Amino acid sequence: MKLQKNTYLALYSVLEFAADPARHVSAAEIADKYGVSSHHLAKVLSELARAGIVESVRGAGGGYRFAGNARRLTLMDVIQTFEELGLPDGSRREAGELTPVGRALGVVLSEIDEIARATFSSITLATMLRLIERQQRGATGSVRRNQPRSRPAASHQRATARR
Amino acid sequence: MGTLHPPSRVPRRGGTRPGRDRPEAASPLVIRRGRRQDLPQIVAIDATVTGLEKRDYWRSVFGRYGGNGRAERQFLVADAGGRVAGMVIGEVRDWEFGSPPCGWVFGIDVDPDFRQAGIGTRLLDAICASFRRAGVSKVRTLLARDNKLILSFFRSQGMMAGPFIPLEMDLDA
Repeated sequence: MKLQKNTYLALYSVLEFAADPARHVSAAEIADKYGVSSHHLAKVLSELARAGIVESVRGAGGGYRFAGNARRLTLMDVIQTFEELGLPDGSRREAGELTPVGRALGVVLSEIDEIARATFSSITLATMLRLIERQQRGATGSVRRNQPRSRPAASHQRATARR
Repeated sequence: MGTLHPPSRVPRRGGTRPGRDRPEAASPLVIRRGRRQDLPQIVAIDATVTGLEKRDYWRSVFGRYGGNGRAERQFLVADAGGRVAGMVIGEVRDWEFGSPPCGWVFGIDVDPDFRQAGIGTRLLDAICASFRRAGVSKVRTLLARDNKLILSFFRSQGMMAGPFIPLEMDLDA
């Protein structure tokens, strides 16, 4: 699936900030790293600041820093600051949507939307940072259990699957 | 499995309470095989989270996964100074759903009084270690799409979506 450009910029930025919460990062630095215009990014950062996810830093150096809780904020929290993910817009209907074929297709598309929302809502920034770390290490995506952990333990709840 | 008595409802305790003043907090945590005498505490933990007291269910689960039975079946508890702080159940399954042998986690639960202390992580680590000893290199689980907290937990442990799609349909009377 594809997200809107501003959403991608927001996710890149938030993850850069969350990776080093104490550090002030300028819009120019992120724009340069991701090959985007500083002007465009500044608008995205301004929106993130309005949402309380980042805060601007006054004084020498300036820039922004992370203002959220990486263990609580999810990808969905960032995404829905910039777009409505797959939610049906009652004011906008595609031609044919209300026909039996259109409604059946809508059921299938809704299934995909629900999975996408559940996925984004279940991945915190902290989890995403670990995923980035694994990518950087060149891991295959599997995690070896019982290895020394350098991260704080996650909160835990219940999952049950009955066969 | 036989006829189950309907589970009785109990008031739910939600959220996380680190339980700073509990005496067991100072005791070392031990992950061990579950015992029959652990069942009342296990039923209680499950009831605080789900609001349902499922005595018959847990007795049945212990019968299948507990004791010193087959190595590929695991019923582990986190023992905090004699008090059960959490549990995890799972087993290695061969070739079901077309999958080569892999470990399945069917349930994991931590007493709200003991949360945010890494116990869920230790329980999952322990059962994964048992799966590895059994010769498998993959662990899977299944949970409700709207269970964001548990989804977040498993994802924080490194789990990602697998190549399966759960399907369902109503059976008309």
